[in-house]
Amino acid sequence: MTLCFTVDGNDFLRAGEASAVVKRTLKQLGLESSLVRKIAIAMYEAEMNMVLHANGGNIKVTLSDTYLTIQMMDTGPGIKDIDLAMQEGYSTANQKIRELGFGAGMGLPNMKRYSDELKIKTVVGVGTEVLLGFKL
Amino acid sequence: MQLCKVQEILEAKVWTGTEKLEKEVYSACGCDLMSDVLAFAKEKIVLLTGLINLQVIRTAEMLDIKAIVFVRGKEPTSDMIDLAKERGIVLLSTGVPLYPACGLLYEAGLRG
Repeated sequence: MTLCFTVDGNDFLRAGEASAVVKRTLKQLGLESSLVRKIAIAMYEAEMNMVLHANGGNIKVTLSDTYLTIQMMDTGPGIKDIDLAMQEGYSTANQKIRELGFGAGMGLPNMKRYSDELKIKTVVGVGTEVLLGFKL
Repeated sequence: MQLCKVQEILEAKVWTGTEKLEKEVYSACGCDLMSDVLAFAKEKIVLLTGLINLQVIRTAEMLDIKAIVFVRGKEPTSDMIDLAKERGIVLLSTGVPLYPACGLLYEAGLRG
């Protein structure tokens, strides 16, 4: 099964809708609730990053019998230093993002914490591709 | 602790989920940073926050958080109430600030 979403970068209010749809779909398919929770948190963090830092993007969710892959592509500014971005507490978020309750520097660490696989390809000025994988 | 007990202790107004106040929560999390909530929150908790925007409801939805208490007199907006109703999340609000609100619940037996 494959699900595709386009995430609008200018609509903070709607951010997280794709993750909510994926969460509900996985629940309906009967996946264990703790696993669904992990997937939802990791995807939501990635979706929020797309909206807050990269002006939106595209998401493709692919589900097989044993593995779930979430591929997220944006044409945002890219990540200058991935090692630094992976550190808990490091953030490039501006004041506006922090006022919204984000930008604590936990996004990428959370994605790593809750997934079985995290791959990031990024080119500064071109965009970022994030791949999240989960064993089912 | 039952949600009706949380409501009683914090003298909270109920915005959504009146029919769910008999449900139990086993822990609480007091936080205005949703990123930290996503990192550390357990299941079946009540979230106490002073942050008002739609992402508070979304965060609760992702984490299976069943109830949110808005502290220090903050009130949810109509779009937050609509989404919470749709997702079955109980919304409460209290005039008590975050720190004493957490303290009151802790003192009554709801541990972190």
